[in-house]
Amino acid sequence: MIAETFLPLAIAFFLCVGLLFTFVAAIGLLKLNDGMTRLHAPTKAGTLGIGSFLIASVLHSFLMGEPSMHELLVIGFLFVTAPVTANFIAKVNLHTRSCDMPDAPSVDTTWSTLDTPEVDKVIASNE
Amino acid sequence: MLQSLLRWLFPHPLLTVLMAISWILLQNEFSAGMFVFGIILGIVIPIGTARWWPDRPQGFRGGKMLSYTLLVIYDIIVANIHVAWIVLTKPNSKMKPAWVEIPLDLKTPEAITLLAGTITLTPGTVSADLSDEGHSLLVHALDAPDPAAVRDEIKTRYERRLMEIFQ
Repeated sequence: MIAETFLPLAIAFFLCVGLLFTFVAAIGLLKLNDGMTRLHAPTKAGTLGIGSFLIASVLHSFLMGEPSMHELLVIGFLFVTAPVTANFIAKVNLHTRSCDMPDAPSVDTTWSTLDTPEVDKVIASNE
Repeated sequence: MLQSLLRWLFPHPLLTVLMAISWILLQNEFSAGMFVFGIILGIVIPIGTARWWPDRPQGFRGGKMLSYTLLVIYDIIVANIHVAWIVLTKPNSKMKPAWVEIPLDLKTPEAITLLAGTITLTPGTVSADLSDEGHSLLVHALDAPDPAAVRDEIKTRYERRLMEIFQ
């Protein structure tokens, strides 16, 4: 009885939260004007936005009487893979030097993406 | 004898547990048969792939890891709201994106990976690169008028806890 009144409310709440954050992420993608800052918008929607959608989906399956926990797996995989994607996009930005470049690190000689082996430098100068 | 047998059966005990849980979640129903098959998968797959794995991390503390996970989830929610507010209200010209360098005290690759993942998942910061010898982490901050504060927060809030988990 309680479940039937409160579950739909909880589902609506999580859907609204997810909607809000995915919407903000879309706005951010349009509004921000530089490769690196733009990267911030979608990685954030991937966590809280899609997370809330999936929680709403789990609750809905319980309400319908067919419990499903697949979504927890999706959340888990998403949390593991999203940072890797963001990291690779950031690395491409650094590699093509399409953003403001960072200062050299204070401890080591350079950042690993910018660390070109001597052989490659020779090949590049010959071309 | 028993110890070496256990070590052969479970080269990565946490991986075994993870495999069993993912199998049961994938099947989307819980029964004794599914549980047993999940355990079998959890034993066979780690043994089959053990030779390609690095050594298992030493001195991993599960309890501290759990409280760390809860802290990160809380931070994700709070920081998401904060960043949404920045995106919606702050004009681009007033935003101060910055590169932040974080000197690492962590040594193990697993711990550094976890730290980098945490930094990316919490809104406002994305981890971009490691230095060539792996002693510092390059982080991009969306809006950081004071990069040193971002560095100190990451070091005290996340890295200190990860040091406790992995040592």
